Amino acid sequence: MYYAATIAILVTMALALGRALLGPTVYDRVLAVNMFGTKTVLLLAVVTFLYGRPDFLDLALAYALINFIGVLAVLEFVQKHSLRHPKTDQERERS
Amino acid sequence: MILDVASWLLLLAGGFFVFAGGLGALRMPDFYTRAHASGLTDSMGTILILSGVALQAGFSLAGLKLFTILAFLLLTSPTATYALANAAYFAGLRPLLPPLSAETDDRKTR
Repeated sequence: MYYAATIAILVTMALALGRALLGPTVYDRVLAVNMFGTKTVLLLAVVTFLYGRPDFLDLALAYALINFIGVLAVLEFVQKHSLRHPKTDQERERS
Repeated sequence: MILDVASWLLLLAGGFFVFAGGLGALRMPDFYTRAHASGLTDSMGTILILSGVALQAGFSLAGLKLFTILAFLLLTSPTATYALANAAYFAGLRPLLPPLSAETDDRKTR
């Protein structure tokens, strides 16, 4: 019975990867990567009971922590980056 | 037996919601609608799948870990989505459709 949930999560991860490759803006890509990370946590939780190995739950817990911090760090980087570069472009156009 | 059936139903419903959210995140036309579809998988799919798995775990260390993962995901994934939409809005990305009060609102004077 875990196979249906595993297959649904794997298909959703493929769809999220497709959005991450297609995404027109960088925020679409960050959204897709965030979704991919959440689906990874769910996949690890299901695979734990599919294979009967409870150690995977620790991996899922660590992945949930890292995913959140990683998304916030990437957002911070993108924000600083987009604040810095359009200004220089405008200044180049003015001068 | 009843627990097995309940966990099976929860996992199936969770798989359906996760798949619907993934499809929406691929097919929706706009960033904000994609964030909405992604939030569907983040909240409903997470609750259903993790509680379906937690019914199999029962009251054990694995169940406690599953509950911790569920609480943490429910705390962080709306925060991440909010930060993402906030950053996109501040960067100048606007929704595809104007707000509902656009006709009555005199926006040209702003």
